[in-house]
Amino acid sequence: MSERQVALEVLRYNPETDREPRLQRYSVTCREEWVVLDALNHIKESVDPTLSYRWSCHMAVCGSCGMMINGEPKLACKSFLRDYEGVIRVEPLMHFPIERDLVTVIDDFMAKLARVKPYLIPKQAKPVGEGEYRQTPAELKKFKQFTLCINCMLCYAACPEYGIIPKFIGPAAISLAHRYNQDSRDGGRDQRQEEIAATEGVWECSFTGACSEVCPEHVDPAAALQQVKIKSTVDWYRKHLMPWMEE
Amino acid sequence: MSRNPYVREIPKFRWFFRHPRYLRYMAREFTCIFIGAYTLLLVAGLSSLSQGPAAYQGFLDWLASPASIVFHVLAFGFSLYHSVTWFNLTPKALPVQRGEEFVPDSVISGAHYAGWGLLSLVVLVLAGAF
Repeated sequence: MSERQVALEVLRYNPETDREPRLQRYSVTCREEWVVLDALNHIKESVDPTLSYRWSCHMAVCGSCGMMINGEPKLACKSFLRDYEGVIRVEPLMHFPIERDLVTVIDDFMAKLARVKPYLIPKQAKPVGEGEYRQTPAELKKFKQFTLCINCMLCYAACPEYGIIPKFIGPAAISLAHRYNQDSRDGGRDQRQEEIAATEGVWECSFTGACSEVCPEHVDPAAALQQVKIKSTVDWYRKHLMPWMEE
Repeated sequence: MSRNPYVREIPKFRWFFRHPRYLRYMAREFTCIFIGAYTLLLVAGLSSLSQGPAAYQGFLDWLASPASIVFHVLAFGFSLYHSVTWFNLTPKALPVQRGEEFVPDSVISGAHYAGWGLLSLVVLVLAGAF
């Protein structure tokens, strides 16, 4: 197994002693098949145990290890060292405050996620004894792509709107709201519309499309947001031009 | 342990130099200015028409000037870029599901191109180009 020397420049910030973040360079012997997360784990285990970062599954499922790698939002577990030349710069996800080193404060995203009610709100609740809510393969396919979101927040780091207007509910939360709105078993759209059809919802999106480009799971949040815009526009026309269509 | 999160400043204007994708986005948005300017030009033409033959002739003379030709070439190029970039995005906004499968993206954007071509043909016929 071949090894090579890799230099990483990692943004460090200690909230107890630092006034602002600083870059620290590490030179580590890495194996050819390592990803950036392996290099960070190696640093933490053998070089500098004070380095802080989030990770869990090491297989692009948990969404914990999102960070800026050479300025691009990436999952550290999916970014192979062999794909980079020269010094690799590793920074915390853009647009989020830094808690410590590569760990960001994600309270804002968590609160927004809760606001859009990303769970099934059945049209009519029925007792378990009456059996399951059934769905055809076509009904499942309608929203399946949007179920793949792992809440890694790379889309928030890529979205210029979120950077400039932090009130924006943002790509992942709206995509998840859309996922449930599209579900044939769900009846919670009116409740979610209050959040996502508002100015701070889809209307802050200017369709840059960066969210979809960086999404590691190919959820295509930009598509979800444009679809919500169209459906919300149809709602508006129905309400104001065709009031008899309202139930 | 006390919390003391560090908030990085986000540049308000320079952000679109961060990655080519942001520049492409700005180019798509910027090119709409030429479509708007061309629309204003048409309104100016209509306005001169309402002011009589002399005024309209003045407008036509201006259309033949080098400045006008340069503007038309630029506006045509930018309008093409604007329209193509938007038409290529239509499959994201307007997915069509037939049975279980989604209609391919090329069909959705292709329908937009076909509609564009058809409308352009109608305009040319109405203008007596054939």
